[in-house]
Amino acid sequence: MTLKQTSDIAELKQIAKRLREKIIRMTAEAGSGHPSTSLSSVEIVTALHFSRMRWDPANAGWDDRDRFVLSKGHGVPVLYAAYAEAGAIPEVELSTLRKTGSRLQGHPDPTRLPFVEAATGSLGQGLSIAVGLALASNLDSASWRAYCLLGDGECEEGQVWEAAMSAPRFDLDNLCAIVDFNKIQQTSSVEEILPTLNPLPEKWKAFSWHVIECDGHDLQAVLAAIDEAAATKGRPTAIVAHTVKGKGVPEMENSTEWHGKTPKKEQAETWIKELQLV
Amino acid sequence: MTKAQDAPKGAPSDRATREAFGDALVRMGEQNPNVVAMDGDVATSVMTAEFGKRFPDRYFQFGIAESNIIGVAAGMAMAGKIPFAASFACFITGRFETIRMSLGYNRTNVRIVGTHVGVGIGPDGHSQMGLEDAAIMRTIPNMAVLQPASGIETEAAVEYLVDHVGPAYLRLTRQKLREIYDDGYGFEFGKGVRLREGTDVALIASGATVERALDAAELLDGQGISAAVVNIHTLQPIDADLLVDLAGTCRRLVTVEDHVPVGGLGGAVCEALAERYPAPVLRLGVHGFGESGDPGELYEHFGLSARHIAISAASFLESGAEVALISEGAV
Repeated sequence: MTLKQTSDIAELKQIAKRLREKIIRMTAEAGSGHPSTSLSSVEIVTALHFSRMRWDPANAGWDDRDRFVLSKGHGVPVLYAAYAEAGAIPEVELSTLRKTGSRLQGHPDPTRLPFVEAATGSLGQGLSIAVGLALASNLDSASWRAYCLLGDGECEEGQVWEAAMSAPRFDLDNLCAIVDFNKIQQTSSVEEILPTLNPLPEKWKAFSWHVIECDGHDLQAVLAAIDEAAATKGRPTAIVAHTVKGKGVPEMENSTEWHGKTPKKEQAETWIKELQLV
Repeated sequence: MTKAQDAPKGAPSDRATREAFGDALVRMGEQNPNVVAMDGDVATSVMTAEFGKRFPDRYFQFGIAESNIIGVAAGMAMAGKIPFAASFACFITGRFETIRMSLGYNRTNVRIVGTHVGVGIGPDGHSQMGLEDAAIMRTIPNMAVLQPASGIETEAAVEYLVDHVGPAYLRLTRQKLREIYDDGYGFEFGKGVRLREGTDVALIASGATVERALDAAELLDGQGISAAVVNIHTLQPIDADLLVDLAGTCRRLVTVEDHVPVGGLGGAVCEALAERYPAPVLRLGVHGFGESGDPGELYEHFGLSARHIAISAASFLESGAEVALISEGAV
């Protein structure tokens, strides 16, 4: 059994909205975590997990599943929200986020929750893992693909570029990196922290990747980019998805205040009501 | 089990453990299609080049980028491959955070292979000497740490590692080591090997220092001191039962390693004994960062020649537990 996927944009929009609700609610319940970086990835995760990726919410270890490595591990609430939405984990389990004994660790942990492909959270490491997965898929003449979601600030880590330099050498057209380019890091904007991270798409191009820029909140555009990546032969694709940190919660959008801060429960419920009006 | 303890230096059977690793890797590649190897432009030094020639489809060149190599190896292991990622010990274990997270936390079946360990590498000097690698790797939960003492033992260890569950680190020498085993040697993961019985002092060695400890035991014998020699090829998990037994049967224990005396063999022995059978242990190892020179002269300089080991052990026996390090060059 695999998840019933859809290309219906209206349906995907509703899923994305529900993921936002879950993110806001679970991080408020946890009282710690990274809601704003999770919110900026919602459409990317929705497009992959509910439309394009092959995976089975009833069978985490399915050999032929596409692999998704969340290299920006602190954004894991968006992944837990997707798992709950797909029925891979019970919705009520979201309230255990970050609590003692929970499978929903503060950062991804495959040893507790097998749907997570790789433990991440130390930034810069996920793309190398995805390169390894893509190589293994090729060795086995398998058809499954490897996806890796990175943060923009994460691209300041040197290992990202070691991995980026290596992937085209092996013609890894089964590898797709997606950068959640929300322009805000933990303490300030990318522009203030390290302006020379820009121009980011050109850097991936210089490393011989096929590069697609898109609006990371436009589901149609994200789907098209994922499809273009799958159709691109002979080299890996990097999707630079322009996003808004905290997307969907006006108070949080483009704010540097909410990177590691969670809303009070009453505030969370207000935000969720506001989401319904959009 | 053991043979040729007194074989002359330069015997045809002498091999660097990195060479034996390269031979064994090819053999394992023939037997198991999931064995893969990756290189960071050091294949001719770490002896993976032959594997690359024989199995080009399972051999991946990443350039000088050890962190990426470790991460890629983790990803391949997650998809069922058995990666051997080899580089100089200091370069690859220097990427500790990637090893800890991508390999360790993910419980991957990656084998990190660190060659060119200790002052035994000689002229290349300090920046190329893996001197803290065993200590670093021992801190990672579930990480097996192996250091074979000869070619035959290395081949057996590599063979074992193909099927080992979980991450592992293999510590190998640049220089040739005397063959101390014959083909009938049965490698047992996690078990120390008694090479020589004795009651006054136990010389506990690993890797390159095993042959030196055997020679030191001969020198001590000439002075009427009965020295046991034990080869600890598995530094983690260490054979605590054997250590407790040694502490009960020998008056003093001396650890000998081509590594800093913190966190490696000496550290592991002291940790194990402190919990079960506290005993005085003299830890001989490399104090400092190492330097360029002839390997034999460097072993003299750092107090790890057979002569120095024997002097240190004898003094430790005479003076009791108060003695710290008395070897020349060791401060």
